[in-house]
Amino acid sequence: MSKTIIPFGPQHPVLPEPIHLSLTLEDEIVVEALPALGYVHRGLEKLCEIRDINQMIQVVERVCGICSKIHAQCFCLGLEKMMNVEPPPRAEYLRVVWSELHRIHSHLLWLGLFADSFGFEALFYQLWKIRERVMDINEATAGNRVIISVNVLGGVRRDLSAEQVRWITSQLNMVEQELKDLQSTILDDYTIRSRTVGKGILTREKAYELGAVGPTLRGSGVAQDCRQLGSSALKHLEFQPVVEQDGDSFARNKVRFLETLQSISLVRQALKGLPKGEIKTKFKGSPEGEAVSRVEQPRGELFYYFKANGTKNLERLRIRTPTFANIPPLAAMLPGIELADVPVIVLSIDPCISCTER
Amino acid sequence: MFSKFLQKCRVKSPWVLHFDCGSCNGCDIETLAVLTPVYDVERFGIINMGNPKHADVLLVTGTVNHRNKKVLRNLYDQMPSPKAVIAIGACGLSGGVFREAFNVVGGVDKVIPVNVYVPGCPAKPEAIIDGVVRALELFQAGPEGV
Amino acid sequence: MDEKTYSENSADKPVEQPKAVLETRQIQAGSLKGEILLLKDQGYRFVTITCVDLDQESVDLIYTFDRGLEMVHLRIRQPKAESAPSVSDILFAAFLVENEIQDQFGICFDGLVLDFQNRLYLEEEVARTPFCRYNVTRNSK
Repeated sequence: MSKTIIPFGPQHPVLPEPIHLSLTLEDEIVVEALPALGYVHRGLEKLCEIRDINQMIQVVERVCGICSKIHAQCFCLGLEKMMNVEPPPRAEYLRVVWSELHRIHSHLLWLGLFADSFGFEALFYQLWKIRERVMDINEATAGNRVIISVNVLGGVRRDLSAEQVRWITSQLNMVEQELKDLQSTILDDYTIRSRTVGKGILTREKAYELGAVGPTLRGSGVAQDCRQLGSSALKHLEFQPVVEQDGDSFARNKVRFLETLQSISLVRQALKGLPKGEIKTKFKGSPEGEAVSRVEQPRGELFYYFKANGTKNLERLRIRTPTFANIPPLAAMLPGIELADVPVIVLSIDPCISCTER
Repeated sequence: MFSKFLQKCRVKSPWVLHFDCGSCNGCDIETLAVLTPVYDVERFGIINMGNPKHADVLLVTGTVNHRNKKVLRNLYDQMPSPKAVIAIGACGLSGGVFREAFNVVGGVDKVIPVNVYVPGCPAKPEAIIDGVVRALELFQAGPEGV
Repeated sequence: MDEKTYSENSADKPVEQPKAVLETRQIQAGSLKGEILLLKDQGYRFVTITCVDLDQESVDLIYTFDRGLEMVHLRIRQPKAESAPSVSDILFAAFLVENEIQDQFGICFDGLVLDFQNRLYLEEEVARTPFCRYNVTRNSK
C-alpha cells in the first residue's frame, strides 16, 4: 500500500486557529501525524524586558483571550508570592468567581465547537446561546466581554454590589437549567456517541507519562487538578476533581460538561461566602529572585516561571501553557485512526494554539 | 445584465472566509459569536465558508507574523474579485499590544490591502457586524468600490 | 492606577524585602539522564524545561517534574558553545520544549527524536536566537 500525505490546516473549516498537521495515510488510516507550529508565534515572553510588571498583566492576558483572566491570575499569584503580598479575602473570593465564570464560558465554547466538528450544528448554536448569558455577566461586572482584565497585583480592580451578586446567581440558575435540559443530548445522543466513543483512546499510563494535563488527563482516569492546591479562596470551597475512566473523546467531552456544572456550583459557593472588606492591598517595591506559580486553566495546568533582578521589569518570564503539554499526547493519539475522525480528535484536547505558541 | 445580477446577489448574500492570523482568540471567538443565534449575522445573508475560492469577504483577526503572512497572501490571491478585506481588532489594525514583539510584522495592511478596519480589543460583535455591513456598501457601489 | 506600585530606584525599596528563592537541585549535565530515570521510577512526570539566559557563555536549564501536584526542579548550567543532551528519548514529551529552546536560544540538543531544525516557530527573516541578549551564531553541522 502506498502512502499518501495529506496537509491538514493551517486554514481549515473546523479549526478556528491555524495549526498544520502533516498526516501520513495508508488507505484511510493515519500512520503518522507531524505537527507544524509557528503560525501564531509572537514571542511575547520577550516583551517582559520592555514592559514593567503592571503592564505585563495586560500582555499575559493576551496570551490567550479565552482564558485571559486565569493567565493574569497566575501572573499575579507568582509575583505576590515573590513579594509576600497577601490579597484581601474579598479579592480572593472575587478572583474565584471570575475564573470560574471564565471556565464556564470556555467549556461551553469548546462543547459547541466540538459538536460542530462532527456536524451537529443545532447543538453548537444552542450551547453558544447559553454561553451569551455568561458573556453578559462578564460585560456587566467587568466592562468587557472576553478580556475582562480584573486582576491587578495585590487584588482585583472591580467589586460586586449586592444587587449584582443576586443578578449573577439568577443568571447562573438559568444557565444551569438550560444545560441540564441539554444533558441527555450531550451524554446519551446516538450521533454523538457513535462519533466519539472509543475514538482517540489515551490510556491512563500514556496520559500520565506524556504529561497530559487538564480534562485530557482527567478523562483518562487521573484525578489531578491544580485547583486542589487551594490557591485563592478555593481552599474554603468544596471541590472534587471530575474524573472519567475511559480515556476516549467521549470521556473528555463528559469531563468538560460535568466541570461546567461544577464551576457553576463553585461560583455560587464563592458568592455565598463573599466576605466584606477591601479588594486590594498595596503592592510596593520590585521583585527579586525566582519563583514559579501554577493554576488550573479550562484546558489544564498553567505554569509560570519568573526571574526578577529587583528592577521594574522581569528578567525572564516563561509560560508553559496546557495545550503545549497536550500536543505530545495528541501526536500519540492520532496514529491508527481514520482520516474522518481527525478533526474530532484534534478538537477533543481543546487545542488553543495562541496559548501554545505565545 | 448578468453582472448586475451577480452584484445584487453579492450584496444580498456575501460569503465570508475567516482567517485567524496570530490573534489571541479574543477576536476569533467574537467573530464566531457573530454567527450564532444572539447576534445571528445570517439575517444579512452572510454565510461562513471554509473555502477561499467561494468567498467574497475575508475577515482577518490578529497580527501578522513572518510565517502566516505567506498563508494570508495565498488565501487573498485565491479569492475571486471583487473581494473585500476586513481587519478585526487592535492587532489586525496595527499589531496592538504585540507590535514590539520580535516575530510580529504589524497590521494586516502590511501584507494585503484592507477595505474596512474594525477597532477594539477584542472587537465587539456589534462592531464586527457593522464592519461587514460597511463592506457590503462597497460592493453596492460596484466594481470601483472595492 | 492611583499609586505607583513599584519603586523607580532602589533607595526607596523596603529594606526587609526578601529575595524569593526557588528550591532547585544543581546537578551536572552528565548525570542528568540518570537523575531523570530515577525520578521517573519514583512516579514523577515531566512538566517543562525552562531556559534562562545568564551571561555571554552560559544558560541555565531548569527541568521541572511533578508528582501529585508536588514539584521538583533540577538545574544544570549549560555552556552556549556546547550541545546539551536531549532527554526526549526517555521523555517523549520533552521534544517540543527542546525544539523551542533550540529556536529561541540557539542551544543544540543532541539526539532529539523529532528535530525541527530551528524552524519550529521562526522563519528565515527573524533575527537569530531572539531570546538571547548576546547573539549566538550557529555553526552549520
